[in-house]
Amino acid sequence: MEHQGLNLMDQALGFHSNMTQQPWPLCGRFVLVEDCVDTSGAFVLHHILKRSFTSRPSSAVIFLAFAHPINHYDRVLRKLGCNLSSQRDNGRFFFLDMLMLQCPVEGKPKHDGLATVFEKIERAISELHPENKKFVTVVIDDISCLEVAANGSSNDVLDFLHYCYTLTSENGYALVALNHQDIYSDGERPAFMLEIEYLADILVKVDPLATGLAKDVHGQVMVLNKETQKQQGISSIKVQNFHFKIKENNIEYFYPGTRT
Amino acid sequence: MATTRTRVSSFSHNVSFLKSSQHPGLKNGPNGTTFISSGISDLDKILGGGFSLGSLVMIMEDAEAPHHMLLLRNFMSQGLLHRQPLLYASPSKDPRAFLGTLPSPGSSKDDTSHKPSHEKDLRIAWQYKKYFGEPQLNINTNNGGHHDYCNDLDLRKPLERHFFTSNNVDCVSIQNSPNLDALKDRCAEFLAQFSRNEGSISSAGRIAIQSFCSPQCKYSDMEWHMLSFIRSLKGMARSSNVVVVVTFPPSLLSPSCSKRLQHMADTLLSVRAIPDEDKELAKLLTGYQDMVGLLNVHKVARLNTQVPVILDATTFSIKLQKRRFLVFECLNQAPVDGSGGSSYGNSGVCSRSTKVGPLDF
Repeated sequence: MEHQGLNLMDQALGFHSNMTQQPWPLCGRFVLVEDCVDTSGAFVLHHILKRSFTSRPSSAVIFLAFAHPINHYDRVLRKLGCNLSSQRDNGRFFFLDMLMLQCPVEGKPKHDGLATVFEKIERAISELHPENKKFVTVVIDDISCLEVAANGSSNDVLDFLHYCYTLTSENGYALVALNHQDIYSDGERPAFMLEIEYLADILVKVDPLATGLAKDVHGQVMVLNKETQKQQGISSIKVQNFHFKIKENNIEYFYPGTRT
Repeated sequence: MATTRTRVSSFSHNVSFLKSSQHPGLKNGPNGTTFISSGISDLDKILGGGFSLGSLVMIMEDAEAPHHMLLLRNFMSQGLLHRQPLLYASPSKDPRAFLGTLPSPGSSKDDTSHKPSHEKDLRIAWQYKKYFGEPQLNINTNNGGHHDYCNDLDLRKPLERHFFTSNNVDCVSIQNSPNLDALKDRCAEFLAQFSRNEGSISSAGRIAIQSFCSPQCKYSDMEWHMLSFIRSLKGMARSSNVVVVVTFPPSLLSPSCSKRLQHMADTLLSVRAIPDEDKELAKLLTGYQDMVGLLNVHKVARLNTQVPVILDATTFSIKLQKRRFLVFECLNQAPVDGSGGSSYGNSGVCSRSTKVGPLDF
């Protein structure tokens, strides 16, 4: 369990082979996963979820679900070897079901707005056992549904993300969010996507292969890791490209052309 | 078939199983899902069984042709044949009149298989074998009658009235509604009857919403309102034993709104008209004269799993066999004229080339 083989995604995200002694690489960082209609990036969220639970005994996950109900994630993660139900019973997994959340339209009192969602996150964190509070990961699936829930108010959504980012970066927690970049690529409101990308520390872009869909290779990933060494003020950007194939109980990552 | 046994690993098997004789309209799917038929056996085959209960199917219309209506008719009719309650919403003034155009099961077709059988004497060249498919895939039992999972529906034979004069069908007109709140409430009421619990599924329902953002509707410019309607509909449907089919014309929406709807769909299809007498297409495809349109499968529902469904082909031709039965066929590229000047790589339409061909959509 401790010395799992690291795959390309783990390396790109900054994981180390000896997790118990190294600091959690996603501490205080914001991971943004981008995908499109042809190729879903949800598997990256599943991967990070699994890593959060298996690499540290004292970690917790707060999951804001806008896209799927808990049964879906339960089944998917169980096949990956992670039991969400027992993690929830142990107080390490909080599932906030936001499928039916709809903020009231303008003019009406915002008693159900995104501010209450943020308060729910804060409350969930405060209810955590002090032991599990060291490494918390907040996962948002996904931002485009959050926009619809907020009636298209991108300012509210950006404010909400800024609040979450401040909360997680100041406390050394991780923030992971999924968004669909092809919604914004037509140039209507590119600023929204650019702002979130700017805020992100690690950008994971999932695209289909340029040659189309294939059974052996489900797509390509580009991981952009903005590493900052704050002491010297030097920031370096690491970019990695590789391909992936998604299976029921595993995700395979490999360099292009190296799949046997 | 999954059998009941104690769990020994972290993988959970589908413990409860349905006897297909009790529920002819339902079929077990992978990962604890259940399928209902789309009413078109070819589409069921393409999608791996049918539409999953709890999923949202979106069909992108072509403003130039009403092919999405063919899909809707078959979907609605199949549900009524299986006594599955139906909620139908459309922007016309009298949606109930549409029920008179629903197809009825036809008499069994004379030549049922449109795939030639494998004969030992006939040696098929390797590159054409893929068009024949696997002979064992035959969901249609061809018995006729109401005990089949998917019936051969004859579009020229209207469905008997007793199927939809009962309380099984609820029709809603969305033409004069100022917003979608009324429809949302009707859908919520309908879905509440089929909420899913841990036990076996007693009945399934179907919701069909036709052209929900057509310009006749008063709310058609309220894009965020429409998006939140679809989102809440999807959320409600996920926890119920209902399949929701929604058709919409993407050309009448802004690109980002259309993309958001595409992302929300669990299963995403699009239909497109093909022009008559298109000489270029006639040269490229065999059987062009019989085609009425094209069907493209963009996304197949992945409930309870992260593994994507990669199909061998995503574009199919829509044909009306004997002008009655809706079939989808793989596109067969006509033999390339060797005397032509262009290279084979550029003229291939089934592969993705940089040049946008008439079939890329």
